[in-house]
Amino acid sequence: MARKHIPKLAVWKFASCDGCQLSLLDCEDEFLALAGVIDIANFPEATRTKKRGPYDLSLVEGSISTMRDRERIQKVRRQSKYLVTIGACATAGGVQALRNGRDIAEFMSVVYARPDYIDTLATSTPISDHVKVDFELRGCPINKSQLLELITAFLHGRRPAIATTSVCAECKARGTVCVMTAKQAPCLGPVTQAGCGAICPAYDRSCYGCFGPMESPNTVSLKEQWRNLGANEKDIRRAFQTFNAGAPEFLNAARGHADKNN
Amino acid sequence: MRTFDDDDTNHLFILERAGFGALIEALSDAEYEVIAPTIRDGAIIYDAIISEVDLPSGWADDQQAGRYKLKRRNDEALFGYAVGPHSWKKYLHPPEQLLWRAKKKEGGFDIHAAPIDTRKRAFLGVRACEIAAIEIQDRVFLRGPHIDEAYRARRENTLIIAVNCGDPAATCFCVSMSTGPAVRSGYDIAITEIISEDRHHFVIDAAGDAGRTVLKHLPLRPAGKKGLQAAEAVTAHAQQQMKRSLDTDGLQALLQNNADHPQWDNVASRCLSCTNCTAVCPTCFCTTVEDHTDLSGENAERVQHWDSCFSGSFSELGGAPVRRSTKSRYRQWMTHKLSTWIDQFGTSGCVGCGRCIAWCPAGIDITEEAAAIRKGANS
Repeated sequence: MARKHIPKLAVWKFASCDGCQLSLLDCEDEFLALAGVIDIANFPEATRTKKRGPYDLSLVEGSISTMRDRERIQKVRRQSKYLVTIGACATAGGVQALRNGRDIAEFMSVVYARPDYIDTLATSTPISDHVKVDFELRGCPINKSQLLELITAFLHGRRPAIATTSVCAECKARGTVCVMTAKQAPCLGPVTQAGCGAICPAYDRSCYGCFGPMESPNTVSLKEQWRNLGANEKDIRRAFQTFNAGAPEFLNAARGHADKNN
Repeated sequence: MRTFDDDDTNHLFILERAGFGALIEALSDAEYEVIAPTIRDGAIIYDAIISEVDLPSGWADDQQAGRYKLKRRNDEALFGYAVGPHSWKKYLHPPEQLLWRAKKKEGGFDIHAAPIDTRKRAFLGVRACEIAAIEIQDRVFLRGPHIDEAYRARRENTLIIAVNCGDPAATCFCVSMSTGPAVRSGYDIAITEIISEDRHHFVIDAAGDAGRTVLKHLPLRPAGKKGLQAAEAVTAHAQQQMKRSLDTDGLQALLQNNADHPQWDNVASRCLSCTNCTAVCPTCFCTTVEDHTDLSGENAERVQHWDSCFSGSFSELGGAPVRRSTKSRYRQWMTHKLSTWIDQFGTSGCVGCGRCIAWCPAGIDITEEAAAIRKGANS
């Protein structure tokens, strides 16, 4: 009798803060259930045990910011049947993508006592710039329910139910009063992908854009509304230059390029 | 339809302001969960209330395209504001509901339907436009070939206590849509709030048995013809105050004949396709379903949640959306709402509540867009 194949899961870290990997550990009860149905073959944040590839599912956290990592991601891809990026770093380059297009040598001279010890690329880029990615899970950090949905969908061979609409849909579903309309707070919600559960507006804060651009972000129109609410160009630029600064739609919005979404 | 016949005022009563709290108590005693307007996060929303102190006494709202702001009134009116970001849809057609669960068994699986919500709820403060919206959703969920049993149960367990509008918001246009400001049908009890210099009272209209049962122990006295006239003066004032309008003359054909009007590009440049208008609209009813499995693969569930014609997945066929552009999505929404809805359900899908205007972060105004399409339109 053929033994049932137990899928092997690997978690990989590139340039990142480990927060997204921790979302997996944060699953707690579900994590134990997960350990029962999937072979956690490589997950340095959780265990020193390391099993060799190939892997059925690789979760990749972090961006590519060194030459070594640029090689390593190729190796990860070769060993992985499915490769899913988790979080803003892996999907858009992370907050560290702010260095892209700037003078990296000058940054190093200011930040490090011995810049000559630093071996880095001039850019921080998403995984998809380097290898084929099968799915990108957004967020800074990712949402653990979405992560479980993704893994469960993978295990059962179905498409993950992960919305690409705006944060506004989540605000409205939970009955949160719109902070932009009722508080005149410049909010990134209308151009940001859902997935966090619209946490910030529920606590009277406007959206920071942690989940990156939604499926059809009209940043030109949103910026115009922000100006009507009194935001200046610097406010606007800074709002788009956070965790998803490297996402093309946010990058263009920060630079003032016209978007072509309509 | 109920008409206010001068000779027929025996269903009209006077309730003084001091006795209003007893109405909420009577509803609670009759085991209704009382849902009413209340202030939260700088807006008047709908939520369960315990007593009259939870009502937004002395508050009004200032509404414009893309703006909503609370302001104080110079009286202590309990219902002196227009509709806010919530609608009764959140109870009758909730944002998310479980449809069924399934459990794997030898050779197949068992399906267990989700329990149906049979809680008794009293909606206190339902406006004329909102009754019109509920009646529109009734047509969708109860009068078509497929009856939504969960909706039916919620609807049948709902007591509607309407309030006649006295002060419309600048975003209101119910007069154009013939849905208000006076409540004419579809309620169990209707209230008109009347405030003069030395008196604050309500004219209460008990339309049906369920309403009368609740009112039985309240300190009411007959309103008579004078009470009726006072109540009618309130809605007549509201009608005069309403400045916004939507020209519905020939609108059904106008929109269908102008799919290539340049205004669609214009509005698409402003539209955020954020789905806010469809979420706040009290008649928008579209949903999608998601199937979830657990890690073991032993259990599955199907969940229904609000969807929007502004999302890409809404028109997905063969893996890609048919309506790719925001232009096509806005055009679909407005054309359906104001035109093809009539073909489909026999009424307009718009009740003139103005929520889509106030709660659009980009301040897009459906009445202005319709007027712009009319300009330079194909006949």
